[in-house]
Amino acid sequence: MASEQPQQGGIRLKVRVNGEQHESVVDPRMNLADYLREELRLTATHVGCEHGVCGICNVLVDGQTVRSCLMLAVQVDGKEVLTVEGLAEGGKLHPIQEAFIEEHGLQCGFCTGGFMMAICELFDRNPSPSEEEIKEVVGGQICRCTGYNAILRSVQNAAAKMGASRS
Amino acid sequence: MQYQAVQTLEEAVESLSRAGGEHLPLAGGTDLLAQRRAGRIDPKGVVDLKRIPELAEIVLDDDGYRVGAAVSGAELGEHPTLGQDWPGVVEAAQLIGSTQIQGRASMGGNLCNASPAADSVPALIAAGALCSLVGPSGRRELPVEEIILGPGQTCLAPGEIVAHFRLPRPGPRAGDAYLRLIPRTEMDIAVVGAGVSLELDADGLCTGCRVGLGAVAPTPLRLDEAQAILVGRRVEGSVLDDLAAAASAAAQPIDDMRATAEYRVRVVGVMAKRAAQIAATRAGG
Repeated sequence: MASEQPQQGGIRLKVRVNGEQHESVVDPRMNLADYLREELRLTATHVGCEHGVCGICNVLVDGQTVRSCLMLAVQVDGKEVLTVEGLAEGGKLHPIQEAFIEEHGLQCGFCTGGFMMAICELFDRNPSPSEEEIKEVVGGQICRCTGYNAILRSVQNAAAKMGASRS
Repeated sequence: MQYQAVQTLEEAVESLSRAGGEHLPLAGGTDLLAQRRAGRIDPKGVVDLKRIPELAEIVLDDDGYRVGAAVSGAELGEHPTLGQDWPGVVEAAQLIGSTQIQGRASMGGNLCNASPAADSVPALIAAGALCSLVGPSGRRELPVEEIILGPGQTCLAPGEIVAHFRLPRPGPRAGDAYLRLIPRTEMDIAVVGAGVSLELDADGLCTGCRVGLGAVAPTPLRLDEAQAILVGRRVEGSVLDDLAAAASAAAQPIDDMRATAEYRVRVVGVMAKRAAQIAATRAGG
């Protein structure tokens, strides 16, 4: 119950993050990005512009990409959150992560997590997106190093890897 | 700041009224939380409306569509028939922000944020959408174009919220479209926008039309002259030039970092003309 306020305006929150159940009491004003970073110490979710424009703080909430700076932590009560930390499984990098390494899809790397989460959702909807569809999704994040070409190649490479592993 | 997630409209209205304007309604949060972060607003509380069924659903009945005010852009796009019946409205809502914003952002929020450049508003005006408002003194219905009074200002009474939008079922030869101009395709704000909806008869003559313009005045505009220009005529040639001239004449834009007023006046005519061409093609003309 998100409306239950146990102590000094704190609200009890139950949320599954990267498959693990967490229960916290949070200040209602705390945004999801700060909750992930400061309460759960999941610092792969980077914070850029803090007003929803840059997309660096993207995470998946119930499978949908959201800007974690534009959601309150209390709004994910009862939901499932996936962050960059949840991409790799058993010490093996996710194909999206491997593709970014192979195609040099990053330079400074600050924005990379946000791109990878948006791409993760794209593949859930459409495992073999066209260049146009990739550009639409990639265009929602801001990268100031790569010029996007390497990111586009990374997504195409990841789509090929994931297609190959399915067949 | 307090947070309350309500389950019913009555609870939302009661809670917002009791707080006397110090609590704000929260839908997708893509404007509210950004403005709070920037220090432009400092609500003592927010009332999360996303769990109220009427605000969260799209219902199609004999009268047409009731689109919940908090339905996200992604959900609008997933609806099996809304995008076929009102493609312009859906494409306008899906131009707000980016794919990643679409998971949260809603048309109710876009309207109540009351930006002159709100993308979904000119398309809703063109579609003839009605807003169903619920507040302490009950329910009332207003055309979308009457909601925004100025930048950041609406006619909503304290404690009143937008519950849903009503869109009629389109006729057999009807179409709508929304176009906007921006320098970047995602995460930017309209330089100008234009929405057109029209109906044609069997001979391809226009029998009715509505045009909404964005980012060219303190509020999104309804272009009343469009009726006289288009009705009884084919949507082509000099008729379209007349529509463009009327849109430019109605525009009273400002200069800002995105464009000069002079540029906006010219381009809003071009956008209105092209949107009308697309709407006419969709109508089967």
